[in-house]
Amino acid sequence: MTAWIVVAVIVVLLLAFVLLYNSLVRRRAQVDNAWSQIDVQLRRRLDLIPNLVETVKGYAQFERSTLDAVITARQSALTAAPSPQAQASADNMVSGALRQLFALSEAYPDLKANQNFLALQEQLAETESRVAYARQFYNDEVLRLNTAIQHFPTLIVARLFGFTEREYFEAGPEAQAPPKVSFS
Amino acid sequence: MHDLISANKRRTALLVVGFIVFLLLVGWAAGLYIGSPVWGTAVALVFSGLVSFGSYWKSDAIALRVSRAVPADPATYQRLHNLVEGLCIASGLPKPAIYVIEDEAPNAFATGRNPRHAAIAVTSGLLDQMNRVELEGVLAHELSHIRNYDILISTMAVTLVGAIALLSDLAIRLMWWNGGRVRRSGDRSDSGNPLAIVGFILLILAPVIAAILQAAVGRRRETLADVSACQMTRYPPGLISALEKLKADTTVTHAASTATAHMWIEQPLSGVGDAGRLSRLHSLFNTHPPLEERIALLREI
Repeated sequence: MTAWIVVAVIVVLLLAFVLLYNSLVRRRAQVDNAWSQIDVQLRRRLDLIPNLVETVKGYAQFERSTLDAVITARQSALTAAPSPQAQASADNMVSGALRQLFALSEAYPDLKANQNFLALQEQLAETESRVAYARQFYNDEVLRLNTAIQHFPTLIVARLFGFTEREYFEAGPEAQAPPKVSFS
Repeated sequence: MHDLISANKRRTALLVVGFIVFLLLVGWAAGLYIGSPVWGTAVALVFSGLVSFGSYWKSDAIALRVSRAVPADPATYQRLHNLVEGLCIASGLPKPAIYVIEDEAPNAFATGRNPRHAAIAVTSGLLDQMNRVELEGVLAHELSHIRNYDILISTMAVTLVGAIALLSDLAIRLMWWNGGRVRRSGDRSDSGNPLAIVGFILLILAPVIAAILQAAVGRRRETLADVSACQMTRYPPGLISALEKLKADTTVTHAASTATAHMWIEQPLSGVGDAGRLSRLHSLFNTHPPLEERIALLREI
């Protein structure tokens, strides 16, 4: 009789283990998926930049340094290391350079009236919004994974199979500073 | 915000359990009259379930056809599509089909049996009157309905209401037919069973109580959708401002009807919210919580 009880208990424990392990795998897959979603949106933003640079170049007096900053930032973003922190700082540089460019475009009314420029500006604004949402989603998924890893029964399974907590995406200090513009 | 969400989900679960208990009570009461409580309840539940789940399966097509919604062209309604796509990225949901309804009253609804087969419809009035963040708040509310499987829950509620109505109706008819005697196995002809009176009153009141319970579940899900929307956008002022605009607007949504009233973001029918002597009784049947209450809750987030 007691043999049956022991067998039943073992079966239940095994089942619990399997369920918990699967849930951790699912959470981790969600985090990876969320991370690549950010990448998709960032790539889209980087793809819009060459068009923007071409449109702006036609207005010859436009600050050469600002344009160069955008091009350099784009290059470094394309070649950045895959860790979240490296990506974050590269993308912050791109955001900063773009903000400079758009702030300076205020001084060029012809450029502002250019249809191409306006359409690109709208698309870039839209992409920034989507990047923000994608990062929000990534952070939400990381929260769920980290919480699951820290909760009691799942904790055991996580330690046994080496599930580690992931780091959040955080906007660096560069993102919090206002853009420096000089109309000289 | 997370606490509000879990509290709402818990309250929904409690309401649904209460609903099922109520159904069992009605089943017992009906059983006093039709001779077999278990069979009666089972048959009523199955029949009502078949009818409700038929409509749940096709809920998106039915709701859209009834409201005369047309698909929203991505080129014309660019902002609408962009906002929905952004919110889908934020919540990880697949993008639902988007429809527009020609109606100057601002309103919107969501439908569909699960996130993969979902649709959102907005009125042209909503698109005209709301600015970008307000529209985003409303769309987030509708997407939250889809994410929280509210269509499934309200279908469950409707199934229970249907089963209760069937049971009580059947029992009362049979009782009438039997000349008012209580029929049980091993029948004793004395009708001095006090429980029969309780059962009888329960049967008469059953449909009304069921409707009140269904409305309570609906109101709870509306509040949950409001809070989930704020979690999606991380910007409560957007939805608050939209709700305030809805409060100020008194146009009746013509594309709505009593059957679809519960799906919209704001009560589409006129005559609701009147302050008469029976207003507290009326408020038990409201499909949505009052706008002031919703706005006050969101301000505290």
